[in-house]
Amino acid sequence: MRIGIVCPYSWDVPGGVQFHIRDLAEHLIRLGHEVSVLAPADEDTPLPPYVVSAGRAVPVPYNGSVARLNFGFLSAARVRRWLHDGTFDVVHIHEPTSPSLGLLTCWAAQGPIVATFHTSNPRSRAMIAAYPILQPALEKISARIAVSEYARRTLVEHLGGDAVLIPNGVDVDFFARAEPKKEWQGETLGFIGRIDEPRKGLPVLMRALPRILTERPGARLLVAGRGDEEEAVASLPAEMRSRVEFLGMVSDEDKARLLRSVDVYVAPNTGGESFGIILVEAMSAGAPVLAADLDAFAQVLDQGGAGELFANEDADALADAAIRLLGDEARRAELSARGSSHVRRFDWSTVGADILAVYETVTDGAAAVDTDERVGGLRARLGL
Amino acid sequence: MTETLIWTVVALILIGVYLSWTAGRLDRLHSRIDAARAALDAQLLRRASVTQELATSGVLDPAASIVLYEAAHAARQAEEDHREVAESELSQALRAVFGEPEQVELVRQAPGGPEAAEELAAAVRRVPMARRFHNDAVRAARALRRHRKVRWFRLAGHAPFPLAFEMDDEPPVALADRPA
Repeated sequence: MRIGIVCPYSWDVPGGVQFHIRDLAEHLIRLGHEVSVLAPADEDTPLPPYVVSAGRAVPVPYNGSVARLNFGFLSAARVRRWLHDGTFDVVHIHEPTSPSLGLLTCWAAQGPIVATFHTSNPRSRAMIAAYPILQPALEKISARIAVSEYARRTLVEHLGGDAVLIPNGVDVDFFARAEPKKEWQGETLGFIGRIDEPRKGLPVLMRALPRILTERPGARLLVAGRGDEEEAVASLPAEMRSRVEFLGMVSDEDKARLLRSVDVYVAPNTGGESFGIILVEAMSAGAPVLAADLDAFAQVLDQGGAGELFANEDADALADAAIRLLGDEARRAELSARGSSHVRRFDWSTVGADILAVYETVTDGAAAVDTDERVGGLRARLGL
Repeated sequence: MTETLIWTVVALILIGVYLSWTAGRLDRLHSRIDAARAALDAQLLRRASVTQELATSGVLDPAASIVLYEAAHAARQAEEDHREVAESELSQALRAVFGEPEQVELVRQAPGGPEAAEELAAAVRRVPMARRFHNDAVRAARALRRHRKVRWFRLAGHAPFPLAFEMDDEPPVALADRPA
């Protein structure tokens, strides 16, 4: 099958959507499909052979932060050329509501279009205002995929209609086979994420930490992620600071080894998560997971069946649960085993098969994707 | 006088272009529904044929075979207005027979069984998918067709008002869940 995938965010900047697209494209290529990814990228970034650059993304304030997006007639022309040259059987757009390549592709294409909705956010004024503009473009999407029940609910509330649920994929065996590292083992808690991003929840963990470290004298915390380390431990008593170890940015291999080594993986995120891929990775590595009870996390952890949940932003509840888990080896082994079997449904072999099933459903009997002549301007529309 | 005339003509042309664009949108939605409906038909038919094949293969016990054969046969022969009920009954029959993982295991052990089980699993997973895509297209078309401009100018022509396909398409747990 010839598959075109559209990535709305800059390929140079690491992010969940970009990683998902990279892994999906590589998985499909391994299965023998022809895949082309259209993504914004700087001219001098080295790109994998399957990625086509749509030009440089422009940083603009959007949705509460600065996003790097592509728009304007130059980008639109690039999209049309890519569609025309690619003659794809199906085009898979990610995040079609963000004002970037996804939306432009929706405008410019006709034929089987699949779209994946990643984010979940509350209904905003901007969304309501944009609805009449978005609707004609979104109407062209033949199949919608939501990555979580939460993302699906957002989609239903904002745009109406429905979507099938296909979670984000993870290469389970990559994590399951990683070698644990000696110096990261022995009563260790793990945290991975941006240190200076409060929504990732490190401050909650820091508030819980004094009690955990007092009750479990051998315990340590390992933190992997970018940010100001001094500031992160500022709230801790001085004598405890040495028991928090910062590893900085880690490679994929080290991330897997870290997750294989820790006794408990803690995810104290306070919000803004629509899926929680890190929990899936932790479970793949067999780490017992302790997470905030966000909707998305509860969903990934099978409502607490595959990992423990604590009340969001409640440092005391986090401390209680962590102390209990560190002292109870049998429970940890049980969580690890349950997590490992639960996580199989997130493996690329399963997720990839589901996505291919969607492609096959929409391409059955349909013509290939082409540029939509009806938006080619007034002349085309009036038949001149 | 001439000025008013020119403005009127410009306004009429603009309205015409807008209406023609809306008609194009509607046309596209109708063809999307047709494609989605064809895909749904194909998946339903596929599910019924795989079920029938399994029922006549002799792998299952006679009682289960008869239940599945009956349901699959009824689903394939159903008239259009009875289709949703017949297909729902096939879903129920499949759930009754393949409720236990052991039953699926039994099918897998027969010669040619792994392929048959895989085919049936693929079919029962794709029916809900195709149905959701179809109903999503129907919803979008209905939303546009209810709009004033479409009703007043009869932009939908003689196309019948699209109907959703409602059925019970819950797949059997033992086939839908694929851990390990």
